[in-house]
Amino acid sequence: MRGGRLSSTREGAILPLIAVILALIAVWYVGAVALNAPQAREQLAEGAGLRDLAAATWSMTRPVLPAPHQIAVELAQSLFTHPVTSPRSLVYHAWVTVSASLAGLGFAFVLGLLLAIGIVHVRLLDRSLMPWVIASQTVPVLAIAPMVVVVLGNLGITGLLPKAAIAGYLAFFPITVGMVKGLRAPDPLQRDLMRTYDARPLQVFSLLRFPASLGFLFPSLRIAVTLALVGAIVAELPTGAQAGLGARLLAGSYYGQTVQIWAALFMAAAMSMLGLAAVSLIETLAARRRGGRL
Amino acid sequence: MTEVALLQPVMRDDLVIPEAVVSARDVSLVFDAGGQRVTALAGVDLSIAAGDFVSLIGPSGCGKTTLLRAIADLEHPTSGVLLVNGMTPAEARKRRAYGYVFQAPALYPWRNVARNVMLPLEIMGLPRAERQARAARYLGLVGLGDFARKFPWQLSGGMQQRVSIARALAFEPKLLLMDEPFGALDEITRDGLNLHLHELWRRTGMTAVFVTHSIPEAVFLSTRIMVMSARPGRVVEIIENDLPATRDLDLRETPAFLAVAHRVREALRAGHSYD
Repeated sequence: MRGGRLSSTREGAILPLIAVILALIAVWYVGAVALNAPQAREQLAEGAGLRDLAAATWSMTRPVLPAPHQIAVELAQSLFTHPVTSPRSLVYHAWVTVSASLAGLGFAFVLGLLLAIGIVHVRLLDRSLMPWVIASQTVPVLAIAPMVVVVLGNLGITGLLPKAAIAGYLAFFPITVGMVKGLRAPDPLQRDLMRTYDARPLQVFSLLRFPASLGFLFPSLRIAVTLALVGAIVAELPTGAQAGLGARLLAGSYYGQTVQIWAALFMAAAMSMLGLAAVSLIETLAARRRGGRL
Repeated sequence: MTEVALLQPVMRDDLVIPEAVVSARDVSLVFDAGGQRVTALAGVDLSIAAGDFVSLIGPSGCGKTTLLRAIADLEHPTSGVLLVNGMTPAEARKRRAYGYVFQAPALYPWRNVARNVMLPLEIMGLPRAERQARAARYLGLVGLGDFARKFPWQLSGGMQQRVSIARALAFEPKLLLMDEPFGALDEITRDGLNLHLHELWRRTGMTAVFVTHSIPEAVFLSTRIMVMSARPGRVVEIIENDLPATRDLDLRETPAFLAVAHRVREALRAGHSYD
C-alpha cells in the first residue's frame, strides 16, 4: 500500500522533474556563454554575431564553464572508448575511489557500532567518549587528510588503506550517532520484558536493541555513504595520486582541463547516487522481512 | 546492603508460609526520587496460595504496581522479606517462575504475532518445533490462531494485549503477574477479555496476581481481593471472594456480586478516610 502510493507520486513527478532539468540545462548554456565570452571574443573575428559567439563558447577546449554536451561527450569517451582496466578509463578511476570508500564504510560501520555499544552500555563512556566523537568532526577533513596520508605513507602504508581511513573517519560519525539513538530506542517495558525472561546481555542486544536500531541505522548509512565517497576523493588529492576520481580532479585542474574535471564530478555524483540506491535496496529487503516496516 | 539481606532471607517458620507462592512480611520500598524519599510500600504483609487469583486494588499511587514489580524482581524492597516459591524474587526470576503482562502490550513491532509469542521460548533455548507448537497452542487459547503471521500494528489494542498474554503463557509459568493489562481498553473489549482470562485461569489452574483499579473487574476475576491505600502504600483489607468458581458476565448483576463489590468499595473508602 505504501509502495503503491510512493510509485504513483513518482509517476506524477516525472513531468515537473523533466521541466526542472531542461530549465537547468538552459540556464547552464546561457551561463557558459556569459562565462566563456571574454575568452571566446579573443579568438573571434571582429563583427562576429551573437550566434557565432555562442557557438564558440560552447566548443572551447579549455572553457571556464564547459557546456553540458561537452561533458556528455567527455563522459562517453572516457567511459566507453578505453578498456575498464586502462588508466584512461573513467570506470577504472571510479572503481579506485569507490573501493576505498567501501573499505572505509565497512571500517566506519564496525567502529561506529562498537562505539555506540560502548556509549549505550557504559555510562562512563557516554560521558567521556561522545565529546571526542563530536570533536573529531570539527577538524576539517582537508587539514587532516594530508597528514594521515603522509604519515601512513612513511610507515609504508599506501594505496587503498590511507584513503579508506579518511573515508571511515568521516563516515563513522553519523553511524555512531544514529546507532546510539537506535540502540536506546527500546522503551522501558520492552527492556523490562527481557529482564523478566532473565535474558543474557547478548540476547538483549541481538533480540531487542539491534533490531530496534535498524530504523535509525539506514538514515545514518545514507549520510555515511556520501561522506565516505567525499573522504576517499579528498584523500586522493594530497599525494597527487595517480588514480581515482580525486586524481582526475587534480590533474584536470593542473592542466586546465575543465571538461575532464566536470566529467569526474558527474561520475562522483553518479557513484554516490548508486551508493544511496544500494542502501535503499538493502533497507527495502530488511523491511520486507518485518512486514514492510523498519 | 539490603540486596545481601534479601538474597539470604531468614527462613523462620513464623515468618514464611512454606506453601505460599508469594509471601510478603513487612515489605517496605522507598524510592529515592532526586534526593526526595518517596515511600511506595510500607509494611506490606500478604500470602498468596497456589491456584489463587488475587487482585491488588487501590487508588492511583498506592503502590500496587510497585508491589507487583517487586514480586517480579523489577524493583527491590528496602526492607522486609519477600519470597516467590520460597525463593528471593531474583532467584525466582532467574528460574523463570512467572510470566508478566504489562500495562501496554510491549510487543516487538519487527516480529510478527507468532514470533512475539516465541520470543521467551527463543531466549530459553527451546527447539524450533516446540516453539512453533507452543505459539500455535497459546495463540489458539487467546483466540488469535488466525493472526499468527500478522504484525502488531495490524491488530487492535485488545488483540495486542491478548498476544502479550499468550506470550506470558507460552513458557508455561505457574505464576502469572498482570499489571492493569486491560486498563487502556474500552469497556466492551475489557468485558470480553475478563471472561476470557477467567476461563484461562480455571483451565490452567495457575496462580495469578492482577493489578487493577476497577472494582467490578477485581470482583469478577478474583478469589481474593487485596485492598490497598495510598501514601504510604499498604494492604488495608483482604476480602475473600466466595462467589462461585465458574463465572459469567451476568454474575455481575447478582446481589451476591454487588455485595462483594460493596465491601471492596467500603474498604477503599476506609483506606482514604484521612483525606
